[in-house]
Amino acid sequence: MERREWVACEDTLLFVNAAVTSTGQREFRDSEQAQHMSLAFLHEYMLGNYRELYAASLALDVNDHNAALIVRHLLVSSRDLAPAVRRREGALIARRLQVMAPQRVYRLFRELARLGVNNRRTRAIMREWIAQRPDPAFDAVKYRGAVKATVRHAHLSAQGETGPFLFAPLRRMKGFDTPLFESWRQAHYAASALYDLPYTVAEGFAARHRVPRPEFLRRITPNLTRVERLRLQGSAERLKVDEVRTDLGTMPLTRLASYVLALPREVRARRHDELHAAMTAAARRVAGDAVGRWGHVVAVLDDSFSSFGSTAKPQRPLAVALACHYLLKALAGSYASFWTSGAPDPLMVRPSGPTGLGDRLIDALELRPERLVVVSDGWDNAPPGLAAEVLRVWRARLDPAGSTSMVHLNPVYDADDFGVKRLGPGIPTVGVRDAEDVPTLVELARFAEGRSGFDELNRYLAARQEQFLAEGKAS
Amino acid sequence: MTTGGFALTGLSVRPSQVWGAVRLVPLVRDQPIAGLRLDRRVYEAGDPSIVDVGDGTVYRSYIPHAFVATWSQGTEPSAAFGTQLQERPATPRGAKAQTGARAIRRMARRTAPGRLRFLPLHLAMEGYLALHFGGPTTVWEEWTDTAVRHGLSPRVEEAYCGAQVRGLADALRAFEIHPGQCGVALYVADALAGVFVVPHPADYRALHTTLLEDMYGEVLFHYTTYVAGVPDYSAAIDADCVASFADLRREAARQSLDWAHFHDSAMADGLLHEGTYTYEHIYRMGEFTLSRMLPSFRLNEENHIGELISGPGGELAYCKTFRLSPTQAKRGYLLSRLHEHSWDLLATAQALGTEPSQLTHRIEAAGFTGLLRQDVVDRLARTGRRDDAPPGDGRSR
Repeated sequence: MERREWVACEDTLLFVNAAVTSTGQREFRDSEQAQHMSLAFLHEYMLGNYRELYAASLALDVNDHNAALIVRHLLVSSRDLAPAVRRREGALIARRLQVMAPQRVYRLFRELARLGVNNRRTRAIMREWIAQRPDPAFDAVKYRGAVKATVRHAHLSAQGETGPFLFAPLRRMKGFDTPLFESWRQAHYAASALYDLPYTVAEGFAARHRVPRPEFLRRITPNLTRVERLRLQGSAERLKVDEVRTDLGTMPLTRLASYVLALPREVRARRHDELHAAMTAAARRVAGDAVGRWGHVVAVLDDSFSSFGSTAKPQRPLAVALACHYLLKALAGSYASFWTSGAPDPLMVRPSGPTGLGDRLIDALELRPERLVVVSDGWDNAPPGLAAEVLRVWRARLDPAGSTSMVHLNPVYDADDFGVKRLGPGIPTVGVRDAEDVPTLVELARFAEGRSGFDELNRYLAARQEQFLAEGKAS
Repeated sequence: MTTGGFALTGLSVRPSQVWGAVRLVPLVRDQPIAGLRLDRRVYEAGDPSIVDVGDGTVYRSYIPHAFVATWSQGTEPSAAFGTQLQERPATPRGAKAQTGARAIRRMARRTAPGRLRFLPLHLAMEGYLALHFGGPTTVWEEWTDTAVRHGLSPRVEEAYCGAQVRGLADALRAFEIHPGQCGVALYVADALAGVFVVPHPADYRALHTTLLEDMYGEVLFHYTTYVAGVPDYSAAIDADCVASFADLRREAARQSLDWAHFHDSAMADGLLHEGTYTYEHIYRMGEFTLSRMLPSFRLNEENHIGELISGPGGELAYCKTFRLSPTQAKRGYLLSRLHEHSWDLLATAQALGTEPSQLTHRIEAAGFTGLLRQDVVDRLARTGRRDDAPPGDGRSR
């Protein structure tokens, strides 16, 4: 491989790892500012040096925070691009915006408005995205301020009653034909009207009309989204509102893991079977067709104190580890896992103690797995560097044939190193944000190992882009 | 008063955690000390308090909190953490009613049967401050009236609050507490800043953050600004020794032992291998003894002062040490030497292998001004110049 290609390959992987993990929030060891600054540099570096690869990363599992940043950087200028490249970028951006949560897209649009980005391409993308929204009236009510800013910025024509709804003052609104708009207008004056509105909007009106919280929750339940419902489980239970209770098994895996970890340990012990069943069901749904296909898997999972994360993302690294535990269990034919603290029951883990990865790795390797997965933030400190030494010596002396493949999944972005912290040289490390992405991330790990070349990476990225765009056309 | 060495009895060393220039070495107990617990009482921060030493002497210092030691008496079992009925701690809000500087009576004071309140590090510091505080024991003509009548008063020493030591706050926040951890050895730029030991892991968890409010020697404050980072003591396994998983396990275990050996023999050498600490017993709580220790003030070496509670079997139940800066050690050294020779200037100078005129300079350079009569100093300087050295040399020292 040429030196230039090798560097490009490294840089791309570095960026993808960063874009998968970092959300610009405070981490256990980094401040929010450090994360932002580090990430901003990487984005500008990629945009300046590898614009096509930068755009292609939209097709990978980068998180929404970074996807929005990429789209923003791409939209700021496209002056010197060839028409074909520009079209491809446009298609990728449009597709990515489709899969992003609408509130994030609206936030991106507002950010573009704030920066004064108003080129033809940006306006077209805003127009097309708004046009494909399933329910414009719902968006106008739920994201009123953002829709208003977008319509104004992109010179869009508001259809039907949306124009008066967004721009007319309340005292001049004499009634709407659109039911949702009318409910919204009435909710200003009558508490009975607010239960047709989306939860976030209704919550404000309920506070204004001093509706008791239990009654409000009971009646707004049909309008809750899946994640809102999960978020309200605890407070609904305290207020004894049974309507909000839901089947936890339908929740997204990593979110569910966060929910479980947020419960006090007594509650976890009491509801152990229910939570276990829900986690297993969620994991099986993610695994899909691949259930039981991965052979003999052993996982080493980090529940040291640093897996607490930060108050901005409480227990996120631990939640990822817990979700991975259940996902790997679903994917594997036979499975075993080791927590660094030696905790026997995964549902009862809590972040505490040092990160003694080395000893746990020996335990894991002794089972001679086909695949070894380590989920850790990479700060191996009891004793420092033992994990790297164990893996090096084991590869050299005990498994020279390479019969065990291994991958290190790291949920924490290290701002100082511009990447995820590695356990040691020769150990493929990839960033992870949601356990749901693990099956695809493991593919990416072979590039991190340095065995595959730049051409192969390009082919892989092209295939992912085709697949990504094709999914958009199919849906 | 006794003399002897200092050892971390009952504690074993675990691998260190490094953050920038700060290294924290966890000290772990296999079994928590039975019958003694530590708690903390918070005082209003930032406001210097007046402490009544008890014999009419008072001093003024920054005191963020006091420790309360509770010991079980007789057959009554020692309660586990959290099940103990504790008296409501005096919070800063409660203390607000008092105006002006708060007066704290005595540094170690019994607040209830089986309970002692003491100010952390102040026992040690006071021991150092009060070192030969009375001044000359024999009224030689060289010493001024003030020195003879009032001793070294007022005696002032400076220390830095942990919050001002760069990186210490982050290091303490990011530190992962080991199971069973009852203490920590704190290094700044790999110089030992202090050792902190408590009787029970739960006490350590509660008191971990108080390290930020402790005082630290001036040297350590400066070291953090010069040194950006210290290296980890990384594991290294010789691949040729490994032929099976059992070998690998053995080699991995050896890494921790190597580190513990290296720590005790090299890193904490200055504290552990001075054999001549002077111990002064302050208070007896059941079978535990609260005492303070002073070093023998060796020049150009580490000198630590400290306070400790030791159990009946000599195990270290509580300990806090403070590293003296070189100038502080020099002051202690000079005072001790003068005291040894009953404050006889000539005899002391002879014992130190120097001239009396030079000794007077050393005393003044160490910060003890106004102790020696000016005419004596001048006379000694003149003699020194005339007899032994070329002109001007005596003063340039």
